[in-house]
Amino acid sequence: MTKLTDLSIADAREGLRAKSFSASELTQAHLEAIAAANAALNAFILPTPERALAMAKASEARLKAGEGGALEGIPLGIKDLFCTKDVRTTACSHILHRFTPTYESTVTANLWAAGAVMLGKLNNDEFAMGSSNETSFYGPVVNPWQRKGSNAKLVPGGSSGGSSAAVAARLCMGATATDTGGSIRQPAAVTGTVGIKPTYGRCSRWGIVAFASSLDQAGPIARSIRDAAILLKVMASHDPKDTTSVDLPVPDYEAAVERGVKGLTIGIPKEYRVPGMAPEIEALWQKGVEWLKASGAKIKEVSLPHTKYALPSYYIVAPAEASSNLARYDGVRYGLRQPGSDVISMYENTREAGFGAEVKRRILIGTYVLSAGYYDAYYLKAQKVRSLIKRDFDTAFEEVDAILTPTTPGPAFAVGEKSGDPVEMYLNDIFTVTVNMAGLPGLSVPAGLSLEGTPLGLQLIGRPFDEETLFRVSRVIEEAAGPLAKPQDWWSKAA
Amino acid sequence: MSVDRATVRRIARLARIAITEAEAERLEQELSGILDWVAQLDGIDTSAVEPMTRVAAMTMQKRKDEVTDGFCADDVLKNAPKVDDHYFVVPKIVE
Repeated sequence: MTKLTDLSIADAREGLRAKSFSASELTQAHLEAIAAANAALNAFILPTPERALAMAKASEARLKAGEGGALEGIPLGIKDLFCTKDVRTTACSHILHRFTPTYESTVTANLWAAGAVMLGKLNNDEFAMGSSNETSFYGPVVNPWQRKGSNAKLVPGGSSGGSSAAVAARLCMGATATDTGGSIRQPAAVTGTVGIKPTYGRCSRWGIVAFASSLDQAGPIARSIRDAAILLKVMASHDPKDTTSVDLPVPDYEAAVERGVKGLTIGIPKEYRVPGMAPEIEALWQKGVEWLKASGAKIKEVSLPHTKYALPSYYIVAPAEASSNLARYDGVRYGLRQPGSDVISMYENTREAGFGAEVKRRILIGTYVLSAGYYDAYYLKAQKVRSLIKRDFDTAFEEVDAILTPTTPGPAFAVGEKSGDPVEMYLNDIFTVTVNMAGLPGLSVPAGLSLEGTPLGLQLIGRPFDEETLFRVSRVIEEAAGPLAKPQDWWSKAA
Repeated sequence: MSVDRATVRRIARLARIAITEAEAERLEQELSGILDWVAQLDGIDTSAVEPMTRVAAMTMQKRKDEVTDGFCADDVLKNAPKVDDHYFVVPKIVE
């Protein structure tokens, strides 16, 4: 029999209904996997085994009574950016390391209402600022994948690096994640998992620690397109507590998965063929094109002329909004406090001790671009560039139904390899950040292995609120690429 | 260099983050590097472009102006570093 931790959510759902195993057994198997793996991978910063077993027990009772929800008994990991009532939530920052919310985020509340089980809180880059999970107060997460013939520690991507690593290493069946510039799709790509950032407004941001409010969106990381569809259906909702959440019905995404691509036109943006693109990325992209063609899709080249301005404008908008959002951490109402001789030095000392280097860098950039006399030249300018980026996509979507691109410029890099130069690290998001700037949905699907033997992903970009087409198209790629090899388990220690 | 040492100090003061001299030196380099890199936006003419405010045309929904939450002072104070009765305690501000 397949190990319980290897099951997909869809198969586990069947197994639970058919009573092949119990919700408690399923949760227990994952708790054991976490206990064996966490010292090596550092994916969970706070496992919650007692709560998980209690939730699983309650699921058993509901399943027995025939009242199981859409995710009844499915054990999940929760990125530490989601506030969880009575369970410590830190955004992986020193400044929040003792923060225990008295409320539950809307997205996680939706999951629990559907019967899901919380295994614990997952590591991420501090305040979701990073592309490698190296900025976490709790230390880096290690990618379960390794290069052929090497045991060098690779990063799991970021900022949702705990989510991607835990799902890839079979420590949870799926995980919540958030994406401001690529933080769901990039980690999914480099761990061989599926990640979708839905359209801005699809999931409520209420109760998620804010980074850049006009860009942040929640979404799932899972091991298959179908599982991602099942999770997103539950996570998405209209929420009066978030005025940017959209009042549209949430479609049955799972029903869209097998619809195929016949009759669809897929766009290939020529501006994504960036100078110096790795030949293996280029080849993978071409393979994606061939797979879609063979399945009946039409392929059309499109132009997104403002692509190269997306990343620099992102590095104005995101830090500006972050500096404003993070002003709340002042040592008064919650979080860390460091004493000072007066109230100003108390603020300054608290924020000096509480924030890591990358967070400080972004707050300072944001403060600079929003300071007197600079607002028009930076923030307003960047918001205008966003309109141009959005207009490029609007024009392209008059001719195509979805756009295919690589997710990342390369495979997972080693811990410490890119942490020296901030701009070099930022370039990881070159293919994903346009999607946030335009507010569109984007999905990363595993499409093959790099020459180093580590996973690579392809990204699909869709029209606003048309996540269904992304699931349809990515399923064709998933099927054509065939099952990805599992990472070799080097991380589990004997219990 | 887009920013000099004095600007770094002024920005850090505005952001209420204490920095050492060594950090100021490093930040001068890093912030200049980032700002020089974003300066490529100067090459785009945006004089006839409206700033982006939303993804899809929708009017923000307003709720009724009524009390929907409250009477939870204990919850509000639960994570405060220093409290006295139902108050946040801060260093003395006015002599």
